This record gives sequence, structure tokens and C-alpha cells, in this order.
Amino acid sequence: MAVTEPSLLKVEALRRQFPIFKRSFNGKELAYLDNAATTQKPGIVIQELTRFYSESNANIHRGAYALSEEATAAYEGARQHVAGLIHARSVQEVVFVRNATEAINLVAYAWGRRNIHPGDRIVLTELEHHSNLVPWQLLAQEREALLEFVPIDGQGRLDLAVLDRLLQQEPKLVAVGHVSNALGTINPVTEIVRKAHAAGARVLVDGAQSVPHQPVDVTEIDADFLAFSGHKMCGPTGIGVLYGKQDVLEAMPPFLGGGDMIRQVQLHESTWNDLPWKFEAGTPHIAGAVGLGAAVKFLQGIGMQAIFVHEQQLLATLLDRLQSLPYVSLYGPSDPAEQAGIVSFTLGHIHAHDVATVLDRHAVAVRSGHHCCQPLMERLHVPATVRASLYLYSTEHEVERLVQGIQDAARIFRLDRAVRGDARG
Amino acid sequence: MDDLYQDRILDHWEHSPFRGRIEAPDAVADGYSKLCGDALHLELKLNGDRIAMIRFDGDGCIISQASASILAERMEGKSIAEAQRLDGPQVLQELGIPLSPARVKCALLALSVLHQALGEVEQERESNGVA
Repeated sequence: MAVTEPSLLKVEALRRQFPIFKRSFNGKELAYLDNAATTQKPGIVIQELTRFYSESNANIHRGAYALSEEATAAYEGARQHVAGLIHARSVQEVVFVRNATEAINLVAYAWGRRNIHPGDRIVLTELEHHSNLVPWQLLAQEREALLEFVPIDGQGRLDLAVLDRLLQQEPKLVAVGHVSNALGTINPVTEIVRKAHAAGARVLVDGAQSVPHQPVDVTEIDADFLAFSGHKMCGPTGIGVLYGKQDVLEAMPPFLGGGDMIRQVQLHESTWNDLPWKFEAGTPHIAGAVGLGAAVKFLQGIGMQAIFVHEQQLLATLLDRLQSLPYVSLYGPSDPAEQAGIVSFTLGHIHAHDVATVLDRHAVAVRSGHHCCQPLMERLHVPATVRASLYLYSTEHEVERLVQGIQDAARIFRLDRAVRGDARG
Repeated sequence: MDDLYQDRILDHWEHSPFRGRIEAPDAVADGYSKLCGDALHLELKLNGDRIAMIRFDGDGCIISQASASILAERMEGKSIAEAQRLDGPQVLQELGIPLSPARVKCALLALSVLHQALGEVEQERESNGVA
């Protein structure tokens, strides 16, 4: 796909498709910069949920009646859209789950309990979200396996020389985030996967912060698993995706047992359904999947590369503006070539929640806290950071309002004085 | 805006006379709030049934640190019984700033740490047979 200039992304027209931007807070319009937590929903996705429940609602893969067949077609059609987005070779490689967290837990449970044995090693990184850490801790404790961590440098970039050393110990699995939700670091996952495969390891990529924002091609990255959430890409909450290579998924035992995941059930044993339904026990979030399908169509209509370019252009402006403020400390690469549209920062010695509280009075919504990355925050020696994260509908005006809010916080917290030499110890 | 981060609150946060340690304290307690990662360490010096001195140390948001200072100011010299009767709504009233539900937890961290310290005093006195 050709690189689209950001001017071609008609952001104001796009924003009008999101009903929530009609809201105001304290008389101010909403500047929503917490897109790494969840994104807003376009009318087309909201309408698709209503349409499904109003017109097509029935359980799937069951009834021999027209309505059930319609519901099944809508659900499976959504799977095709998702498969197309990530260039999966087949819809059998796309499993619907609740979210990226559940996708990773599925792999830890079903693949991990079969393939990880006492003394085996699992390689993670210091950047990981708790969802790509805790499931592996649980597995490692149960299977007496070892967790190893690729460290980061001062700019929040992975130290790949350490990865090379860890791979020499022949780990069974490497699990890595594509884009850090806390610092925005874009990790070179294609290179990591190639090296890990050469060392005989399987690779899980947490795509929660990449799939919504840039073109992701599983045939190019070649990961064995890719996990992501629908609600971070204009879709409903409660629906997410596990992509897995077909042969890997085939060899795995089921995750949850129940209806729809079985072929034949006898009192003492059962046989499993084909992929992907083997991993979709019970009635799934049918409407959620249909809504996600609509979201994928919406994103593809704009173009993933165009979205990426828009966010990177805005990121450059945001970094530039923040770097001009002497009391702002930035965490992460601070370079659009290595960073996605997520920026973590602190203001002097002020706690992130106090900054976020001031920004909230300006109707600027940001995240403050440890971003579900407590080990990373310890590594950075901060209890918490403020995080601003962009999406396709983010504007320069919103960035400017963030900067104005930060300047107001600096005034309130007497930082502009501190910078002039009155710094507190 | 400044109704929340008013000068009184900022002064308590930045220049609290109650920040520090006590030599040979009679009770100490620590608290941690998950939301902000606020950490608070509280030390007490007792004089019979009275709280002679309160000092705190900690790291966290302005609300948690300022409320620790304001609590120390209010309770120094007061009786243990009075401190035990002090409740959340009273502390929030004392702070006198509008807080969202999430930030109320920051404001009440100091009170819970104070009660924790007093609970230990009580336990110790009971086990020593002091009424």
C-alpha cells in the first residue's frame, strides 16, 4: 500500500462519525488521549450491534432455521474480515476470545501446559503488560519453568544482544509485545521471531497496541501466535482475537470445554471440533464479533497505513511540544521512527495522578498510573507516569489542549518557579 | 481549578512541618495505595493516653501527602480515643477540597495508617495488661 499523506485523512469528517465527540465536560469538548486503554466507537459499529440484535439475533452453528443461519453467517463473516486484516492464511487461524488477555491465557493454558516442562525457559521482556507476564508466571510456577527477561535501555528499547544470549539457552517460547503500551516502543518483532525460530522457540506477539494502528501481516512477522483486543480498534468490548498458525493450533488441546467445541460427546470422553471452533466453547460474543467485523471494515476503509502515518505525524508534533517544556521528562524512544503514538511523561516531582486531575479539569483525558506495567515502572524508577495515546481521530488541536493543560498544571504546582532555580530537593 | 490544589494543600505537601522521623517512636505503621502507588510511613510518640507527636514520611500524590500533614496537625496533642473516633468524612471535611471517588482513597490513606498504628498500640497495651 502506498504511503498516504496525513492531509488525506479527513480527520474532522472522521470525528463526526464518532457520537461521543458530541459530549462536553465542564463546557469543554472532550480531548480523548487515552486510546491505548480503549478507543471510541464509530456510529457504524454501534449501529451494527443494534442491527444485529434487532434483525439477525439467534444462536449460531445450531438451528436449521433461516435466522440462525443468518446469525452464523454474520459471525463467520466477521472472522473473514479479521483474517483479511492480519493476512491470515485461513479463517481457521482466527479464534474469537474476549480480549488479548484471554488470548494469551489460552496459549499459556492449552499450548503451555502441553509443551512447557520442568527446567524449560520462557523469554519475556521488561516492557510487557501484566497480561503478557502474569499468565507466564502462573505457567512457570506450575510447570517449574524459568522466566527470562530481555532488558531495556534508557530509552525503553529492547537490548537485542541479551536476547541473542538468552536464545542460546534454547527457550521453548518467546512472548513479546509488538508495541509497548506504556512507552510506545515499537519492537522489531519480525527480527525477534526470525531469531527465536532459528533457536527452536515458538513466538507469541502481543499485538494489542499494534494491530489497531498499523498494517500487521502475520505471514510477514511469522509469529506462531498473535493476540489483540477489539475494543482498542473501534470495536466493542468483550471481543478479541487469538491468531495461531494452523499446525500449532491443531496440535493443541482445547482451552475451555463445553458446547460448540466438540464433535462427539460420550459420557466418558469426547472428540474436538475443527479449528477455530475447538477453542470457542459455549455461545460466544456473537454481536461483539459482528461489531468487530464492522470496525475492521471501517479501519480498512480508511487504510491502516494512512492511520499509521497520521498518528506518527501527530506523535512528532506531540514529542516536539513536550520537549520544549523544561519540567517535562519523557520516557521511551522519543523518536517517531521507533515509537508509536503513545507518549509517557512526568512533570517534575509531581505525581502522575495530580497531573491527570488537572488535565481532567481541562477535559483532556489521559491515563495516569503504572499502565499495568509495574515491573517496567520500577525499572524506570517512577511510581507512575502520565500517558497520552493517539488514534486516527486525534488532532493537533487536542495535542495543543494537552500542552495547555500541562502548562496550567506546571503553574498550579509551582513548577515554572522550580525550573527557575527554586527546585525542591 | 485551584479549589483543589489550593495554596494550603500545596504548602502542606511541599513544606510540611510534620514530615520526618521520631527518635524511638512508640508506634509505627506503613500504608500503600494501589491506585497512585502512594506510600506512607507514620510514626507516633505517646504521652499516656495522648498523642504527643506525629511524623510522616512518604512518596506519592499531593492529596495523600497533604492529607497526612493535615491529619498530623489536627491530631497532635489529642487523645488516642479521639484519634480512634476520627472517621473518613471528618478527614475529608478537614481537607475541604472536592475529590473524585478515586482520589478519596488517596485522601484517606493517612487515616487508615494512623488507625493501624493506634491499633498496634492498643494490642500491645492489652498484652502488657495496661487498661
